Amino acid sequence: MEVNILVGGAAGQGMDTVMNLLGKSLVREGYGLIYTKDYMSRVRGGHNFSTLRIAGGTPWTTVHSVDILVALNEETYKLHQHKLAPSGRVIYDPEVFTLPEEEDRGVPVELKNLAEEAGGKVMANTVAVGVLLVLLGMGSNTVEVLLEETFKDKEGMVSKNVNALKSGMSAAEKFCSACFPLPPKSEDSQKLFVDGNQVLGMAALGSGCRFLSAYPMTPSTGVMNYLAGKSKEYPVVVEQAEDEIAAINMTLGASYSGVRSLTCTSGGGFSLMVEGLSLAGMIETPLVIILAMRPGPATGLPTRTEQGDLEFAIHGGHGEFPRAVLTATSHEDAFYRLNKAFELADRYQTPVIFLSDQNFADTHRSVEPFDFGRLSYNRHLVEEDDYEKPYQRYRLTENGISPRAIPGQFPGETVLVDSDEHDQNGNIIESAEERNQMSGKRMRKLKALAEEMDEPDLYGDPRPETLLIGWGSTYGVLRETIDALSASGLKIAMLHFSDIWPLPQKRLRTLLPEVRLSCCVENNATGQLASLIRRETGLAVDKRINKNDGRPFMPDEIIKEVEKYHES
Amino acid sequence: MKADHFLLGETAWCPGCGNFSIRNALAGALAELNLPAEEVLICSGIGQAAKMPHYIKANGFNGLHGRALPPALGARIANKNLKVIISSGDGDSYGEGGNHFIHNIRRNPNIAHFIHNNQVYGLTKGQASPTSDPGMVTGVQVSGVINPALNPLALALVLGAGFVARCFSGEKEHLKETMKKAINFEGYALVDILQPCVSFNKHNTHGWYKNRVYFPEVSDPADWSAAMNLARQWGDQIPLGVFYNVPRPTFEDSLEVLSGEPLAKRPFEPNDVADVQNEFL
Ligand SMILES: Cc1ncc(C[n+]2csc(CCOP(=O)(O)OP(=O)(O)O)c2C)c(N)n1
Ligand code: SF4
Ligand SMILES: [Mg+2]
Repeated sequence: MEVNILVGGAAGQGMDTVMNLLGKSLVREGYGLIYTKDYMSRVRGGHNFSTLRIAGGTPWTTVHSVDILVALNEETYKLHQHKLAPSGRVIYDPEVFTLPEEEDRGVPVELKNLAEEAGGKVMANTVAVGVLLVLLGMGSNTVEVLLEETFKDKEGMVSKNVNALKSGMSAAEKFCSACFPLPPKSEDSQKLFVDGNQVLGMAALGSGCRFLSAYPMTPSTGVMNYLAGKSKEYPVVVEQAEDEIAAINMTLGASYSGVRSLTCTSGGGFSLMVEGLSLAGMIETPLVIILAMRPGPATGLPTRTEQGDLEFAIHGGHGEFPRAVLTATSHEDAFYRLNKAFELADRYQTPVIFLSDQNFADTHRSVEPFDFGRLSYNRHLVEEDDYEKPYQRYRLTENGISPRAIPGQFPGETVLVDSDEHDQNGNIIESAEERNQMSGKRMRKLKALAEEMDEPDLYGDPRPETLLIGWGSTYGVLRETIDALSASGLKIAMLHFSDIWPLPQKRLRTLLPEVRLSCCVENNATGQLASLIRRETGLAVDKRINKNDGRPFMPDEIIKEVEKYHES
Repeated sequence: MKADHFLLGETAWCPGCGNFSIRNALAGALAELNLPAEEVLICSGIGQAAKMPHYIKANGFNGLHGRALPPALGARIANKNLKVIISSGDGDSYGEGGNHFIHNIRRNPNIAHFIHNNQVYGLTKGQASPTSDPGMVTGVQVSGVINPALNPLALALVLGAGFVARCFSGEKEHLKETMKKAINFEGYALVDILQPCVSFNKHNTHGWYKNRVYFPEVSDPADWSAAMNLARQWGDQIPLGVFYNVPRPTFEDSLEVLSGEPLAKRPFEPNDVADVQNEFL
């Protein structure tokens, strides 16, 4: 039992208002859901839509089919009516457009007029929520409380919105009441209703990140917005840089001086940052970069999703230096994993790239509250009695990790870092011998760093004949694919990477030779993980299932491909 | 404290280079201001001038070409107890780093920016810099520099810089005293230092500068128009001095979270911020 709702209209018509109000109310009542956004790179006009899926447990992905279509303009109806279930319904405003005669699923409600009667046409979205409540058979209490919380500082707006809500409800009653039964509620504790960027922002705050410098770029901007929104209450500084080059170099200056620091960007900005990335490797200064991918090359599809920068994240930056690349899979995992990124950066004094994408960043899900007690804050700075005097920033050590101090930490001791090759003190050198020592010291860190990588998550049949391999934000869609194909009798599992570089290989090496069919499922054109696996392990993945039209995978697309391979 | 306290290591500069006097002046300024080395941070980019962090006893961030300012700003945000000084070249500061120059003047962080302006790219062996005089012939500008020179002082004044000065490496006492003022200035302080490059700039030589520099009387350092007039003088007469000196609120002062302990020194416990997720319930 599940209900799928799609709300569409032109940019600026407020699809998000509907989804946020309805979504949060449903989560408060105990329903599990996911809500994704599909939007254009424009502020007004065009066509945007949001999809909300309510299902038992918490759904991992949205699907193609639609039960309730809220069409704020005619285009939305035309574009999406083919997805509408036979028993579906179309909520629309008959003043805006009319449905074709043969369409008998209409729920015409004068959204604008009712909103105006309630106090202003901006409340048309609240009217629409009222209509949805009736179709879903829900009462209005939870939404009313939420309206109260949202508008309590705006004179008169609470009662106007409640009136709008109620008028939507009474207008809808004559059409279909409770005709979309909701799945059972969960008995668990209260869930959060939160999107990917908010999860990352919270994780950064909970990791003790005190400085973020970035230049706005979709889909990473939400992280900057989140932390900026907290900067009045928490000791965190957010500075909008003049460009991404400044952003990464500012971040490094703050990190060198002793503060956990973060920058976030998308592919184009990361391109500008790579010299700074290499600097972080050279001066051995902790740095976390959230790289929220969108389709390239160049400006690409600014508001859409892709997994096209995996190889770029692994190889970006000149010269050779250790780095880790971690990815955002689910909201639950990403929260703790971003903390791991900060910990690794501090422990190994090197850059860590955290790959997310638009699909992860903009997707809301109902999730368990996070356990901040599981987050770590270990700065790995050298202690007073623990270093040889005089202090040297790049002291040669067995594991390659030098004792790190920050400026001003010890009286009389100074800290020198240099982008030139340097000696243990940080001074420029050019001798082959010292170069080898220092380069060797840096690269030695890789050994222990590689051991910190989590093996990919194995889900499904423990002895699979078919193996789907993925990474990052495809986690949810792959899980639902595995569930569906297992139910149809396949011995199938998924192997999903969260930590991806240095590539953890144990599970790959045991599973790949054993399965009859392996497919790498990636939101890119070439199958970058499949190539990486081949390069690092010598093992070939049989098939590559790719999609790079800027839209996330839906389970049925993957299922179709897998079934095709099974038939042949 | 003696200047020697801050002098460190063998330099990689050419004998006779103006960089030596700049280094001595900086060491003298730090000594006379009685600054503990561990509370001073010298940031630089890449170039001959940018090697300064290796030759002065202090914390040092010798970063990327053109990128001295961003880490300096980051350092100020992380630890406002650090005295942050930038010592870098004209190519580094005005060319590759031009965007940071513009926007940090707007920000006005508490940073003293010393630019070794030899009007040439020294380290890469003599190409034109943004401040090269038109007509100067180089291996790249084979028919002479075509573009007019960038005027860093006028640009800084237009952008609202609070402290704008010009020095000459040959006027050592004046240079040291100006550096002290710039270091003590609350906000972004620009000191453009004319510096002969004996190896690659055969046009703007020590003698060339010596014959032209003079000390005008700056009766009112708050007179922006007078400062602008001085900033625009170039040619037969080149004025030296602090042309403009008017503090305005700094970037750091405008950030309320920076009041109190430096960010780098505050303790942290993840559980203390757990409540932040309640807004999503
Ligand atoms: C990104 C980058 N581009 C180019 C260079 C090469 N480079 C090093 S120093 C320099 C110019 C230095 O000129 P300036 O800043 O005036 O310093 P000077 O040597 O004259 O003191 C250039 C072009 C570099 N190191 N990095
Ligand atoms: S190249 Fe010019 S600026 Fe550089 S050290 Fe030699 S003389 Fe000085
Ligand atoms: Mg120069």
